[in-house]
Amino acid sequence: MAPPKNRRAGFSRRAQYGLFASYVIALLGALLGLLLLATSFVDPAGHNAIRAALTDLTSPISRVLSAAVRGTGSGGAAVSEYFDAGSKNAALRAELDVARRRLVAARATEYENARLRRLLKIQEGDPATVVSARLISSTASSSRRFAILDAGAASGVLDGQPVRGPDGLIGRVVEVGQITARVLLITDTGNVVPVIRLGDGLPAIAAGKGDGTLEIRALTSGNNVLRRGDIFITSGTGGVYPPKIPVAVAITTSGDAAVGKPLADPARADYALVQPIFQPLAAIAPPPVAAE
Amino acid sequence: MTQRIRSEAELRAARLRGQILPVLTTLAGSCMVLIPHVATMPMLPPFGFLMLIAWRLLRPELWPVWIGLPLGLFDDLMSGQPIGSAMMLWTLALLAIDVIDQRLVWRDYWQDWLIAAGLTIAMLLGGLVTANMAGGEGHIVLIMPQMLISILIYPAVARVCALLDRWRLS
Repeated sequence: MAPPKNRRAGFSRRAQYGLFASYVIALLGALLGLLLLATSFVDPAGHNAIRAALTDLTSPISRVLSAAVRGTGSGGAAVSEYFDAGSKNAALRAELDVARRRLVAARATEYENARLRRLLKIQEGDPATVVSARLISSTASSSRRFAILDAGAASGVLDGQPVRGPDGLIGRVVEVGQITARVLLITDTGNVVPVIRLGDGLPAIAAGKGDGTLEIRALTSGNNVLRRGDIFITSGTGGVYPPKIPVAVAITTSGDAAVGKPLADPARADYALVQPIFQPLAAIAPPPVAAE
Repeated sequence: MTQRIRSEAELRAARLRGQILPVLTTLAGSCMVLIPHVATMPMLPPFGFLMLIAWRLLRPELWPVWIGLPLGLFDDLMSGQPIGSAMMLWTLALLAIDVIDQRLVWRDYWQDWLIAAGLTIAMLLGGLVTANMAGGEGHIVLIMPQMLISILIYPAVARVCALLDRWRLS
C-alpha cells in the first residue's frame, strides 16, 4: 500500500507550523539526549537518583514474577528431567569422573584456603554480612551487565559494597535506591577485579567480557603461566572486595591470558550477600601499624 | 467487526484507548527487562524500540516525531543504558523513517521489515557506543546474537501491533 502522506501539512498555516515545530523539538531533543549522555559521563550521581527511584517503583513486578518463576520453575524442571534421560545419564557419568578428580583438587584447595585464611586473619576480621537478598532482574537488553538487588538503603546497602553469592563473587553495588540496589556484575565489561591464583598466589586481574565470562591476565612476565582449571580468588588489593572470595575458574588459556568462568552464577544463586566495603576510602588516616 | 450503539462513557473510553494504547504498549515493551532473569549476555531484544518502530510504520500519522524523547527517556531509565542514549537514538530513528517515507513511493511488509532491521542494527550499535562511553568496553561481537534475534522477532512484534491496532480502533 502507498503510505499516507499525512506528514504533508497542506495549506493550513497552523498545521504547517505545528509540523515544523515537531521537527524542531525532535532535533533539539536528540541534542538534549547527547547532552544528557555527556553529563551522565561527567556526573552520574544525579541520573542515578532518578533511575534508582524508578527501579524502586518497578521492583514489585520483578519480585512477584521471580517468586512465581521460583514456584513453577521447579515443577517444569522435574518434567523436563525425563527428556533424553539416556544421553543425560552418560553425560552425567562423564561429569562424575571429572568431578571425582576435581574433588581431590578441591580438598587441596580447601587446605590452601584454610592456610590463606590463617595468614590473612592478621589483617582483617571476618566481614559481617550487611544483608542477604535476591537478584530479581537484570539489564537483559543492554550491553552492560547490571542486576537489580532486592534490598536498598533501607536495609543498610551502601554504594560500592561488594556482593557475593554462596559460590563466589557476583559484583558490587553501584546505585542504591530505598528498597533496591543496582549491582555491577563482575562479567560487565567495565568491571575489573584484582585476583590471585589459588595455590601460589600469582597476582592477576579479571575483567568482564560481557558475555558471561571473564578475561584473566596474569601480572607477571613470561608466557603460559595460566593453566586450565586454575581457580582465582579475590586478593583484596584496592580495598573494594574482601580477600579470598572465589571469583573464577580458567576454562581456556592463550598466552598470558585466560578466559575464566565465574564460579557464582547470578542467575542461579538463591541469595546474594552484600558485604561491607573491605577498606573504605580513607577519610580518616588508618592507625599506623607498628613495624616489627 | 460488529457495529453497535455505545454510551457516552464507552465512546470516551474508546477514544482514550485510541490515543494512549500505542504509548502504553511501547512502555510495556521497555518494561520487558523486568523479567526475573539475570542474563549473562545481552540477548533480550529491545522490545520498546521494536514496538515504537512497528507502531510508526503501521500508523505514520499516529505520533509527532518527538515522541521518541519521552518514550526513550523511560526506556533509558529501565534498560540500564546511560540516560539520553535511547532518547537520542530513538528520535534519530524516527527522523530516519520520515526521510525514508519521503523517498519511498510505497512500502509493504518486506520493506517494513527491511527498514526495521536496518534501524534495529543501527540502534543496537548506537546503544553499544553510548554504553561504552559510560564505562563499558563491549565488543561488537557481543551484540550480534541480540541483533539477529531482534530482527527475526520483528514480524511477531509487528503482528501484535496490528492486532492491538484493530482493538484500538474498534
